[in-house]
Amino acid sequence: MREYVTELSKFIIPALMAIYTLCSFACLFDKWGKKVAIYAFQAVFLFMIQLFLFADLALVNGDLEYVFFYAFVQVLLLAMAVMVPAIYDKANRLLLNNMCMLSGVGLCVISRLSFGRAVRQYIIMLLSLAVSLFIPWALSRIRFLKKLTWAYGILGIVMLGAVLIYSEVTYGAEISFTIGGVTFQPSEFVKILFLFFLAAALWDDTSFPRVAVTAAVAGAHVVILVLSKDLGSALIFFVGYVFVVFAATRNYLYLCAGALGGSGAAWGAYNLFAHVRNRVITWLDPWAYIDNEGFSITQSLFAIGSGSWFGMGLSKGNPGAIPFVEKDFIFSSVCEELGVAFGICVILVTLSCFLEMMKMAARIRDRFYQLIVYGIGIMYIFQIFLTVGGGTKLIPLTGVTLPFVSYGGSSVMTTMIMFFLIQGIYIRMQQEGEKHSAR
Amino acid sequence: MPDKKDSTQRKKKPNAKKKHPLNRPEIIVTSCLFGLLFAVLIGYLGYFTATSEQEMLNNSYNSRQAILLSRNYRGTIYSADGDVLAQTALDGHQGETRVYPYANLFSHIVGYATKGRTGIESLANYYLINTSTSLSNKAANDVAGLKNPGDSVYTTLDVALQKTADEQLGIYKGAIVVTQVSTGKILAMVSHPNFDPNQIASAWDSIIADENSSVLLNRATHGQYPPGSTFKIVTALGYIRENPDTYDSYSFQCTGSFRSGESRIKCYHGTNHGQVDFVSSFAKSCNCSFANIGTSLSKETFGEILDDLLFNQPLPLTLSYKESSAIPTGGQSVSEVMQTSIGQGRTQMTPIHLNMITSAIAYGGVLMKPYVIDRVENDAGRVIKSYQPSSYGPLMTEEEAAELRELMTAVVEGGTAKKLSGLSYTAAGKTGSAEYNDQGDSHAWFTGFAPAQDPEICVTIIVEGAGSGGDYAVPIARRIFDAYFSREK
Repeated sequence: MREYVTELSKFIIPALMAIYTLCSFACLFDKWGKKVAIYAFQAVFLFMIQLFLFADLALVNGDLEYVFFYAFVQVLLLAMAVMVPAIYDKANRLLLNNMCMLSGVGLCVISRLSFGRAVRQYIIMLLSLAVSLFIPWALSRIRFLKKLTWAYGILGIVMLGAVLIYSEVTYGAEISFTIGGVTFQPSEFVKILFLFFLAAALWDDTSFPRVAVTAAVAGAHVVILVLSKDLGSALIFFVGYVFVVFAATRNYLYLCAGALGGSGAAWGAYNLFAHVRNRVITWLDPWAYIDNEGFSITQSLFAIGSGSWFGMGLSKGNPGAIPFVEKDFIFSSVCEELGVAFGICVILVTLSCFLEMMKMAARIRDRFYQLIVYGIGIMYIFQIFLTVGGGTKLIPLTGVTLPFVSYGGSSVMTTMIMFFLIQGIYIRMQQEGEKHSAR
Repeated sequence: MPDKKDSTQRKKKPNAKKKHPLNRPEIIVTSCLFGLLFAVLIGYLGYFTATSEQEMLNNSYNSRQAILLSRNYRGTIYSADGDVLAQTALDGHQGETRVYPYANLFSHIVGYATKGRTGIESLANYYLINTSTSLSNKAANDVAGLKNPGDSVYTTLDVALQKTADEQLGIYKGAIVVTQVSTGKILAMVSHPNFDPNQIASAWDSIIADENSSVLLNRATHGQYPPGSTFKIVTALGYIRENPDTYDSYSFQCTGSFRSGESRIKCYHGTNHGQVDFVSSFAKSCNCSFANIGTSLSKETFGEILDDLLFNQPLPLTLSYKESSAIPTGGQSVSEVMQTSIGQGRTQMTPIHLNMITSAIAYGGVLMKPYVIDRVENDAGRVIKSYQPSSYGPLMTEEEAAELRELMTAVVEGGTAKKLSGLSYTAAGKTGSAEYNDQGDSHAWFTGFAPAQDPEICVTIIVEGAGSGGDYAVPIARRIFDAYFSREK
């Protein structure tokens, strides 16, 4: 019985996931009128996948705690997928569904790696959801967001600088600090501040001097992050900046300048910092450094390669062999136990989130909010590219999380806030649209 | 719900709405850029998965092998006829022993799976530790707390030929490779000295402790030997290619030694071959004549031939092996060029490589990639994967191969391999006596095929320190050909 379920679910889970993914892309096309049906269909698949995942875990481990955890997770997912649309009837259901899918898969995979961490992650998600629920409501009331330009920039630099100095003083290489048992990674939260800064600075003025000033502030962010050895975040901030400037100015020259400047900066960083060189060397030939610097990337490749298309089955692989698996290499662990076919679906689901965000951004007339939605989309999708590309050795490893799936409170909370910001802006846009047509 | 409203509005006032809600080129450009980036990412991930699974799973740093072995017991390795070459014996109390019924006979080619892995145990490891047994078996084993049977590997190895080769090599050190010409199937591969893989765990420490012991070395694939006169195949091919119309009219007066500048070279045991043409130079293995030919070759031709014949480069082999090395005549002194032309000097070659060149000559110049795994089956006999003969491509032209076949036939008819003449089949080949020290001791080589007109099998033999190829390697070849052809009829 047990073996039948686990062996068959190797194929059923990716099949369900593939259908879910197809639905996500179907939703991107405006021609499909009956989207409500698709969303409901997606939700059904979402919960079916959850059932199979946790049934596998419970059967293989023979442990009731997975059954209880399953029940709790379903409550959270129901809250996201059903309660949120009940409160905000204009919320974007595709983003909500995808958020549920990714969170659900994440909680399941983390609980297989470390049950305690999964419980922590669950609590953080619950808290984040509670906080985020107020965002759309708040957005429709707060009117001064556009005016705080410099406050966002300065606060961001101060927060990042504080961590840098803190770690310098304590001789640590940490990019986070712990207060009362809770660990914060400020670079995650600063992402939001940074986007607000860019949007506020560029929505009404895209002259060259203005772009130059934002470049200085953005540069300060990036340099502090590189000095903190948080290369992944540094890249995300940089790419976010270049694309937001491009969207704000609609000038392709800035995109080219960004690409050139980025290459130059990367070359400079390669020559200046040993930790940057290290990443590149272990990317070029990790097998030569398999015992030390190349250990994590080779273990990640082993995991993906051993999992192959349909995976080894939940709890039947050895993802624990990868260092930092529940943070930086969660995608490799998904591929190992659930299969690369499932992994590719996860990537496509995140891509559909991004495309949906771009579609929304294109419809927003208010430049400020448009830039925020656009910027969130860029930072989100680029982070996914960094973590998946790094774990598969397509690009050098940068050590960032897979939003919603990876373990990490700051990452989950930040991404959830970002998603609900978009929801808030989307709702507000529709309300204004209605006002327009009412007039 | 919002979309519903959208669509109803659109129906009511189709012109009031913006015509193109997505008319934001920079956002479309951005979407396309990232769409492309992710297409690359997914394509790469798919390519990696499709091509690297076995390589990843076989790496000794990958802990998942142990996991698979805790769930499946290692599958069986069979000969081509279905004789068990290696299997896992279960004692019913979770105890497993790997049993090799033929003990020493297949020690190198089948290999071992404790203390690391070698041979087929390493090559087919992925299949041996994975299971494709039916779902109902898996479920039943799961309930009973038993391990699943790993998949079985059927090899191309021929037990009778392997036995003949092993017996004929006897107490000598050396190696024998027998392949099927038209497919590249490895029928036998012997390396002496050998070991008993059943005892490998207990004998391990003493083997490792003995620094001079080369028992574990598979000489057929890893033994690098001076090719001696068998290398004249290479030199002859160079001469044919450089003088396609005139090589037939080649003539040379052998006096038993050959001098060019300061350097001097002798025929084997100083034999005076007298007046020789191209064919008799080859058949009698006249060193002087070949030193003469070698010094006449341009370094471009020589380098090209070495490239074509896969020297100094990876071989198309799935088994592990050592590359052969040869220095083209370009950077060498006249003396070195003469030495290289007759297979002495710094050239190093493995028996498997010589076998590949020989079988390409036998097969019209086309190399069939040698392989040893025929198919993989699950415990119920369902084929999981089967391997087909595959061609590497031509190493030389058909005409060149035909000319070399004539030369090699002459070696048997009236040359150094006369001991193979007058039999029920016609063989062809080339002998070699590769000197490896200053006392004139030599390794005995033979590489050849039979029947000469329509070759079926290709045999390559090296007997270390035995003496001349004609006296020591050719008789072994004869017994192997005998064994092969007597069975067919």
